[in-house]
Amino acid sequence: MSAREVILAKARRALTDVPDVEPVLDVEVVRPVPDRSLPHAQVVDLFDERVADYRAVVERADPGTAALRVAGALAGRSPLAGSGPLRILVPPGFPAGLVPDDVEVVPDGPDVAVSELDRCDGVLSTAAVGIAETGTIILDHGPGQGRRAATLVPDLHVCVIRADQVVAGVPEAVAALDPARPHTWISGPSATSDIELDRVEGVHGPRTLHVVIVS
Amino acid sequence: MSGTFLGTPAFPAAARAALEDSQLRRNLAHATSTIRTKRGNVVGEVDDWEQLRLAGEAIKNRVLRHLPDYLEQLERSLTAAGATVHWARDAAEANAVVVDIARRHGTDEVVKVKSMATQEIDLNSALEAAGIHAWETDLAELIVQLGDDLPSHILVPAIHRNRAEIREIFLREMGRAGRAAPADLTDEPARLAAAAREHLREKFLRAKVAVSGANFAVAETGTLTVVESEGNGRMCLTLPEVLVSVVGIEKVLPTFQDLDVMLQLLPRSSTGERMNPYTSTWTGVTPGDGPQEVHVVLLDNGRTDVLADPTGRQALRCIRCSACLNVCPVYERTGGHAYGSVYPGPIGAILTPQLRGVGTDPQTDSLPYASSLCGACFEVCPVRIDIPEVLVHLRAEVVDAHRKASRVPSVQDVAMKAASWTLSSAARTGAAERVAGIGGKLAGRLGRTAPGGRSILGAVPGPASAWSDSRDVPVPAAESFREWWTRTDGGRSRSDNTDGGRSRSDNTDGGRRNGDGA
Repeated sequence: MSAREVILAKARRALTDVPDVEPVLDVEVVRPVPDRSLPHAQVVDLFDERVADYRAVVERADPGTAALRVAGALAGRSPLAGSGPLRILVPPGFPAGLVPDDVEVVPDGPDVAVSELDRCDGVLSTAAVGIAETGTIILDHGPGQGRRAATLVPDLHVCVIRADQVVAGVPEAVAALDPARPHTWISGPSATSDIELDRVEGVHGPRTLHVVIVS
Repeated sequence: MSGTFLGTPAFPAAARAALEDSQLRRNLAHATSTIRTKRGNVVGEVDDWEQLRLAGEAIKNRVLRHLPDYLEQLERSLTAAGATVHWARDAAEANAVVVDIARRHGTDEVVKVKSMATQEIDLNSALEAAGIHAWETDLAELIVQLGDDLPSHILVPAIHRNRAEIREIFLREMGRAGRAAPADLTDEPARLAAAAREHLREKFLRAKVAVSGANFAVAETGTLTVVESEGNGRMCLTLPEVLVSVVGIEKVLPTFQDLDVMLQLLPRSSTGERMNPYTSTWTGVTPGDGPQEVHVVLLDNGRTDVLADPTGRQALRCIRCSACLNVCPVYERTGGHAYGSVYPGPIGAILTPQLRGVGTDPQTDSLPYASSLCGACFEVCPVRIDIPEVLVHLRAEVVDAHRKASRVPSVQDVAMKAASWTLSSAARTGAAERVAGIGGKLAGRLGRTAPGGRSILGAVPGPASAWSDSRDVPVPAAESFREWWTRTDGGRSRSDNTDGGRSRSDNTDGGRRNGDGA
């Protein structure tokens, strides 16, 4: 017998106390029904507050000022190359109007080698969903969001999210996602507490997360 | 289970050693109380936490009661999404699958995401034996690996180490495993983390094969999930060409929607955060993004044995959050190493004996006793595992296993048999009492007075010493009740002043014989 058959047979024998006729939905799952009476504007405020709680930078913008905020997030950073413009990774589908003029754009794509990602000073992305209660941004790696590695390797991640993408809690976010796609949930910058429980930002992922909420 | 902790003494001996390490106890007390407080705060924010726990319990119970069906469904979903599914009965089979995949890709190294399942099967040793270096990429696991040490906590495995020790380990060992630590490394946590970042980045960028576990595996969609903080997980899950995930068969969730309950319960219970910094989900292969060859090893390794015990089965609900460790008064004082098990603390005390089986190894058999049964572990468990109930259940199993296995009767068995024979005859009882009376007179001079005025003996030598070590053994009466009754006619005789037998015992010594005697 194969390992598969042995494991399944053992598992079946182990469950002799479960009646054969019992349907798989026998155990009722009662999910909590949370209070969702908060107006959306306040949900967005909560998102703002909770993202900032992780020591990420959060800024509010309207369509007219969003480009300014993105440029501000990049200003004052010194390039890895030592001199010259910042090399910024920009995924296909990212709004062109939000990309500052004074940077060298590296377009993301399957052919961009990992070592190339490592030479970028930062990455711009949009997002799929934001969760207010937990201060989480979810990428489903659709247009504007890049491959999973794109928002991981560079040390700065500037994420532009629309206020109408922000939901109140985790259940709404999960319901909005397509399971067939890969997802990355980001709650603040990379962090560790492994040394004497002292929180240190940035071990492997971006050390700086800069979120621009566009209403 | 793995031989990682082979040779660890039974819990009481290991705990005694740990209790003498004041540095360890300081580290643990700080860590557990800090995480406890954080957890309490973020759990308090959730109005319907109890309802959420009940939902988590119900989801896992649903899976466990129909595990074979859900495993087959998971296999179908994974295969349809482009993953290759392997099944492993035990550690050896699981390790062989991973070694084989690494070999087929001609690599002599793999990068690893922290995973309890791969620790349980001691994958790193198996890979090393095959000439393949396994690099742990979680900061704490890196500290443990470079220090040639064992993890001591599920969530923060290097919690027993100080920053100064970590600095020394990095300076001494990093160069041997790859990029050396900078010579001017200080013991500042930020500097230490930066050294780990540089050391590991070259490994991430060149690795062809990565190995992970999974926090959850969704049967409905074939989606796997890894929850982490540092980004090392995302590195391993997305940069290499090949990804192998070793997944315990109990990790299955029925539906994608069930992730919402679990992703609320896990981070708040585990690190005391509203959400952990990074959660990755992937469903088989995504063209143009991440590994283009994805393997999933479904691991039994004793889990179907746990499943067979309707009381113990609930341990398979565990989502490895480690909340029970942080509230346990026993864990807080002894730390994880004393448990001699990949899974320490209260959950380890019930999971390890079930995965390994009881009745063969004294170390394993000692674990169900490594608890005060205070119940705090159940109170914090996000999936409501009644750990005290299972501990008591397993204590009975351990006793039963020893009763069956033991050919030499225990001191207690012999004593009980002898007592039964003696007490079944009035004549024998009387004779025994007289013998005890003689002993009592002698012992009365050796004994000491306990608070309250009772005369007690010190530790009794011989086979009863284990019993008397922790109890006051009363000095036997110098005169038995029968003897007193015969001598005094039940107190009516004037020769007795009702001040007890002892003060008068010398007067009656050997003086009276009655019909009870031989």
